[in-house]
Amino acid sequence: MPATAARRALFLGAGAALTLALPRRVFAQAAAPASAPPPSGPFTLPPLPYANDANEAAIDARTMQIHHDLHHAAYVNNLNAALREHSQLHALKLEDLLAKLGELPEGIRAAVRNNGGGHANHTMFWGVMGGRGGQPSGELLAAIDRDLGGFDQFRTRFEQAANTQFGSGWAFVTVTREGRLAIQQKPNQDTPLMEGGRALLGNDVWEHAYYLRYQNRRPEYTRAWWNVVNWDSVAQRYAAAKAGTLTI
Amino acid sequence: MAFSLPPLPYSTNALAGQGMCQETLELHHGKHHNAYVVALNGLIESKGLQGKSLETIVAEAGKAGADGLPVLNQAGQHWNHILFWQVMSPKGGGDKLPGGLAAKIDQDLGGLAQFKEAFKQAGVTQFGSGWAWLIIAPDGKLKVTKTPNGANPISTGEGTPILGVDVWEHAYYLDFRNVRPNYLDNFLNKLVDWEVVETLLKQGGLKSEQSA
Repeated sequence: MPATAARRALFLGAGAALTLALPRRVFAQAAAPASAPPPSGPFTLPPLPYANDANEAAIDARTMQIHHDLHHAAYVNNLNAALREHSQLHALKLEDLLAKLGELPEGIRAAVRNNGGGHANHTMFWGVMGGRGGQPSGELLAAIDRDLGGFDQFRTRFEQAANTQFGSGWAFVTVTREGRLAIQQKPNQDTPLMEGGRALLGNDVWEHAYYLRYQNRRPEYTRAWWNVVNWDSVAQRYAAAKAGTLTI
Repeated sequence: MAFSLPPLPYSTNALAGQGMCQETLELHHGKHHNAYVVALNGLIESKGLQGKSLETIVAEAGKAGADGLPVLNQAGQHWNHILFWQVMSPKGGGDKLPGGLAAKIDQDLGGLAQFKEAFKQAGVTQFGSGWAWLIIAPDGKLKVTKTPNGANPISTGEGTPILGVDVWEHAYYLDFRNVRPNYLDNFLNKLVDWEVVETLLKQGGLKSEQSA
């Protein structure tokens, strides 16, 4: 979808979500407008690549809107704020910033880890959803069979990793340049990028990712999540990883 | 013996007018806290916890570092929530603190306004899941601190909590969504029962009276 169409879809989705959500509960705070403020640093919030209700088979539109427009936006804003006084870092790509955390000025290391990680993770997250589930095929399916015990076992193990991450965090499938896959869980906004690795896909198990629809029932969310995985996008990420062009 | 979920000291709709809705309390107490109790009871035998008090289990799990995490996650969260329910009340809030507590806060933390700011800051900056605390430090002074996930100042050895606020998203997401600072303001200004906090100060902290 071209960027302008995606942005249009985003606005339509946000409006529809608001209308649906309001009768349920009067929130203490009005939602911030979805329009992006001018970038005040090297990083910008990418628009969702689909409408807020595109993942309804697992994630409600209201959650998508808050998650993208408020949570993800905050990571981008805080990352830019952390880098504001460090213009020598502005040319670095996000994956390089995260791979070199130990070399950053100590005063911004935690902020870049948390907010840069948050920006990278959420950008990846939006990118691997918007699909209709099903299962992968071809080279990716062969890699899952080879490294993760087949598609069914992979899903069970991935859900297990997501469900047992205590507190905030993520479950990832990592991918090497050789195309090897592994399952990993990480706390908070940590990412395989911090070890110079790459995430093929990941699921967000911060409570904000699922609380409005699933409340305490995280396993129901991680099970339903497969309904919206976009295996075409994941296959593209897999090919890019092997070509050495996968970034965040 | 086994651990048990203590009843809330008020009804689940008692705090609805003060920024914590009935659904939040039902889920938080009846589902989240209860799940920690159930999981902790499931660890008593395999981890050799029989006969130990909750406080001892938390302290020992904290000292064990990464190896202690499976126990600390559940035991810490059980202890943390027991305190959390106690320090809120339908008659909570306001800036009129009992004399002893007010004087101690003035002396050790520069006054109520400064304490609230420090406490809020601790809660806002606890990245991800965790807690913010007012504790009695080993030197007897009050101190504000924060801990991640299920840890607490007993497990870290920092001191004894007399006030704690849960900043896991489940504590505030239905009422405040992503706006954690507003949840913390609301907690400090409308929910804290300062009489309870003063009692805990005098007692030298909460005794959960729970053991495995």
